[in-house]
Amino acid sequence: MVDRSRREFLKKTATGAAAAVIPFANVRIPVIDVTVEELLQSHYKEMSEEEKQRVIERLKREYKEKYGIDATIKTTPPKEGVVWGYALNIQKCIGCRRCVYACVRENNQSRANPKEPWRGEIQWIRVLEFEKYKIHPGGKAKDFRTKFGEVLAGINLEESEHYYYPEQVPEKDKFYMPIQCQQCERPPCVKVCPTKATWKEPDGIIVVDYNWCIGCRFCIAACPYWARRFNWSDPYIPPEEINPRMHYLGNRIRMRGVVEKCTFCIQRTREGRYPACVEICPVGARKFGNLLDPESDVRKVLEKKRVFRLKEELGTHPKFFYFID
Amino acid sequence: MGKLIDFLVTSIKVSLTGSRKYYAWLASLLLMVIFGAISYYYQLKYGLIITDIRDQVSWGSYIANFTFLVGVAAAAVMIVLPAYLYNYKEFKHITIFGELMAVGALVMVLTFVLVDLGRIDRMFHLLPITGTPNWPQSMLTWDVIVLNGYLFLNLLIPGYLLYKAYLREKPRRWIYIFILISIPWAISIHTVTAFLYGGLAARPFWNTAIMAPRFLASAFTAGPALMIIILQIVRRYTCVGQPGCKLVVTDRALFTLAHIALISMLVNLFFLGSEIYTVAYAATSHLAPLKYLFFGLEHNGVTYAKLQPYMWTAITMEIIAALLLLFPKTRKNFTTLNIACVFAFVGIWIEKGMGLVIPGFIPTPIGEIWEYYPTLMEIMITLAVWALGFLVYTLLLKVAIAIESEEVVHPSAKDKEMPEGH
Repeated sequence: MVDRSRREFLKKTATGAAAAVIPFANVRIPVIDVTVEELLQSHYKEMSEEEKQRVIERLKREYKEKYGIDATIKTTPPKEGVVWGYALNIQKCIGCRRCVYACVRENNQSRANPKEPWRGEIQWIRVLEFEKYKIHPGGKAKDFRTKFGEVLAGINLEESEHYYYPEQVPEKDKFYMPIQCQQCERPPCVKVCPTKATWKEPDGIIVVDYNWCIGCRFCIAACPYWARRFNWSDPYIPPEEINPRMHYLGNRIRMRGVVEKCTFCIQRTREGRYPACVEICPVGARKFGNLLDPESDVRKVLEKKRVFRLKEELGTHPKFFYFID
Repeated sequence: MGKLIDFLVTSIKVSLTGSRKYYAWLASLLLMVIFGAISYYYQLKYGLIITDIRDQVSWGSYIANFTFLVGVAAAAVMIVLPAYLYNYKEFKHITIFGELMAVGALVMVLTFVLVDLGRIDRMFHLLPITGTPNWPQSMLTWDVIVLNGYLFLNLLIPGYLLYKAYLREKPRRWIYIFILISIPWAISIHTVTAFLYGGLAARPFWNTAIMAPRFLASAFTAGPALMIIILQIVRRYTCVGQPGCKLVVTDRALFTLAHIALISMLVNLFFLGSEIYTVAYAATSHLAPLKYLFFGLEHNGVTYAKLQPYMWTAITMEIIAALLLLFPKTRKNFTTLNIACVFAFVGIWIEKGMGLVIPGFIPTPIGEIWEYYPTLMEIMITLAVWALGFLVYTLLLKVAIAIESEEVVHPSAKDKEMPEGH
């Protein structure tokens, strides 16, 4: 009941027709650097179509002024009968990190800026490097010295290397595992969000309303896959590198103080294209598709391969599957 | 209504008049607040980048201090409970100091949450009607409710009692209902705060059932320890306890508080020990954060151990405090008692502040080790929030002492005796 009256109230104050009613709508509040209109904007799920359009027009105007680009910002809704799933072949992955950078370009993440190094680089995909196996005769740790030696092998996250820079990948005795948002069916990040600023869409993708997030970072603490990133400062993107094809819940340009994450490239996948990471992968390690469609790539993987999910014991039910040939 | 306005105006007047030393104290606190406010201006303008908090360690000094201070606020119950449930006379006079300490602590608690937000301009999204609180799912929405409720209770109760004392009137019975409610409510604020951490399966270091009990035990050590020191300061620098003053803080009250601190400290150390045993003996992946905390973590030949010296300091301080509080000789000697209180307070501040929040993030859920160390600006903001809390507490104490010692009274009640119930 409260919700409804609230919605009515917001509609009255914020719909397109009433735009002029908001006093000082275009006044920019100093220091926090937002307009009154932006500040009073409602939650994405509570916006009417006209309201969405008006917000989008405003964003386009702002991008034009700030970056000189003509962006299209869509709000394409999820399709009926679609739940997206992802499968990654860790045997094929060569650790080249092309996916990482394709993702950054596609999704307008903040770049490293040599002139302002405090403005951080944001990447949604983290590729972990593991030793295929290692045998320490007599044990690795002094306190666990054994007669037979200690064997390290497989996926031990604490043994992973996040910052590897060899001349060439793959290295002979290494294997690689990219980690990004696992689009959990039971996402702990959504549960802990105090403002419902992040939620699971009907097609299974966890999205963030960047204009509703208050930046408490509880979701970052709750994510078992370290898949969420925070805008510690204003993002830095050279105008010529901006991807102008945007989705409101996806790769539109973020602001400082809010959380962002992988959306399986919502701006692409809801238009029938593959995510950027799938497209760029030079070895075809990444498979994507509709989990409800038996003919999809991801269903074929589930059918033919033996898959596993990361940290399944936490009850998160990821829709991101790892497999080997 | 006229009386209430008169009470408020008199309170403001009283809180702003004092000795030279009093003004110097207020000015130094204000100066710290101003320095912090300047730093916070930069944080607002440039973002949390001015801190050392990053994606790997996504909460830092602010949330660590928040966590600790919720405990200090909750600890007021350790005075209220004996005074009202057991009618312990020695505590009757000092309940107001405890309740106002809770107010000071809550000012810090709420400010720490606010300065930690990336978008403080959108904080109304948390509230009903103007926002969409994710209640009852998100523990943070519970925390908003219990913390603000507790602040309300601790403003209402002492506020009402002081108002009635100012008018020399007997407090009405309904206030005791609020006093009784405030007891479980105090427990709830620290329980919910513990649940913020305890409910996160992603963070094995926090995901333990002992979190809330441990929080309460450490709170009931640090709170009384602080109270013992504050009450001595009050005795020394105000009229309290002077000949002719109606307000007395007895040694016995202080020693009882010391007893409470002792028992809580022993329970706290026991809980900490249970936690360490369970994690260390099972030696699963849960061990890494604890290892980081006490010994540092080694990765590719580099050892990361920035927190290690602090944690050992904390444990040493806690054990010394426990021993000093344990023996009646040292507990009843003010020099050793004060050392014990400072050690207990600082030890717990480290243990359940930075010592609890930071290792939860190290290593990250996917195995990266990244160390956090607060920046200068972050420290300035942290200090400013502390100063703000002490400033509020000082002003409130000034009023409370003036009224309770019968120094200040409403003109119409000048000739009346202070009635029962004060």
